[in-house]
Amino acid sequence: MFRNQYDTDVTTWSPAGRLFQVEYAMEAVKQGSAAIGLRSKTHIVLGCVNKANSELSSHQKKIFKVDDHIGVAIAGLTADGRVLSRYMRNECINYSFTYESPLPVGRLVVQLADKAQVCTQRSWKRPYGVGLLVAGLDESGAHLYYNCPSGNYFEYQAFAIGSRSQAAKTYLERRFENFSDSSRDDLVKDALMAIRETLQGETLKSSICTVAVVGVGEPFHILEQETVQQMIDAFEIVGEQEGPAAEPDAAAAAGQEAAAADQGGSTEEGVAPMDI
Amino acid sequence: MNFTASKQPENCLLGPESDSQRTLYPYVTGTSVVALKYKDGILMAADMGGSYGSTLRYKNVERMKPIGKHSLLGASGEISDFQEILRYLDDLILYDNMWDDGNSLGPKEVHNYLTRVMYNRRNKFNPLWNSLVLGGVKKGEKYLGTVSMIGVNFEDNHVATGFGNHLARPILRQDWHENLSFEDGVKLLEKCMRVLLYRDRSAINKLQIAKITEEGVTISQPYSLKTYWEFSAFANPAQGAVGTW
Repeated sequence: MFRNQYDTDVTTWSPAGRLFQVEYAMEAVKQGSAAIGLRSKTHIVLGCVNKANSELSSHQKKIFKVDDHIGVAIAGLTADGRVLSRYMRNECINYSFTYESPLPVGRLVVQLADKAQVCTQRSWKRPYGVGLLVAGLDESGAHLYYNCPSGNYFEYQAFAIGSRSQAAKTYLERRFENFSDSSRDDLVKDALMAIRETLQGETLKSSICTVAVVGVGEPFHILEQETVQQMIDAFEIVGEQEGPAAEPDAAAAAGQEAAAADQGGSTEEGVAPMDI
Repeated sequence: MNFTASKQPENCLLGPESDSQRTLYPYVTGTSVVALKYKDGILMAADMGGSYGSTLRYKNVERMKPIGKHSLLGASGEISDFQEILRYLDDLILYDNMWDDGNSLGPKEVHNYLTRVMYNRRNKFNPLWNSLVLGGVKKGEKYLGTVSMIGVNFEDNHVATGFGNHLARPILRQDWHENLSFEDGVKLLEKCMRVLLYRDRSAINKLQIAKITEEGVTISQPYSLKTYWEFSAFANPAQGAVGTW
């Protein structure tokens, strides 16, 4: 995307009817590390790639429990994601206190979307630079939503966001018709395989990914690293031991944004300073 | 001219008297509401009287109203406060419906909302002077709860307000059982209401019985109970206890 004269303010339309600041915010989501979600009739699984900056540091938290029945995975500016998670937790707890009942996830998602929309229509604000995959249960069953910085939200059977999410999406597109009736464990297996797709050759280990589950009779919780590693071993998910040779030129990514915008990011953390 | 200066005791927490913005006493009141769970849902009964102190001023007051799709609210106490509560609930249900998303507030949610409202008003020393009974059915689950003007709330298989607590609950404790049929439930309620009619001076012989099931709410037309005043105990009440009336 080239710099143009209509992209300084979020409150300035371009002649083509676009709000560039909002689009740039969605770009931030694409630069973040991958997060995926998939659901069956009774369970939803969220997973994300969690790479630490250096061996010395721990990785950033990208999956948050919002309530017993709702959880969220983020991609993009994790600081924005953290703040929005706090908002979501607040909304859930206030609703629970007043009505002694869990907040329906569909309503939370709309409130979140309305909050994001406000930032696209105030000259003194900027859009949130984070995409959220919201997983939750309500009266009508299991739901997975994607909340955009633009203030839009969509419901999905399965979805992936962040860098190299296209690979995961392709994997999910091939399999999604079976997800509705999948068992919980099969769903987790599919999530891990989708995460593996985004790693493009790297070995899938529980130390670089996080998986969380929520379902009927199962409150939202992040799976223990050991459990995840056991599942990886059990399903024999081992990436091909290729070198990092098949990488698109990282340098070019900064200048030109070609069609494969999703896969523009590279494994080098330095290119996208905003997120892990 | 003020001949009698009203004085509050020194240790009073009530605030200045000019502060007339809080409820101090009720004016037009309804008496007991009695309700029980039966096989298909909830049955609730209340008479149609609105007392103005010791005068039975209004005789056509509906003290039970449907709330949304799944609930039924009965109230005793200040009638104007009940009407205010209905307005709050009207807004609540309206906003709930406006989501138009397949989710709806059930009786448990409405009961807890009312508890919050009543308790918060009590904390401001400006209570809504009511005892409320909230019953309903949602997705096959029956719910029956009550909230008082100070925010005390609980659920049970049968509840009552005011005099009903003293006269009706003992009867219900003895005669209520799981899976009452509709006819048995009505008979049991009428038994309670009859006792209340005999013994509660603010009760009138014009009552409604409301039923709520998965299908919805039905409130009966007003009717009267048959009474019998020729009991010998009524004829000579002081026989067993001299000085009684």
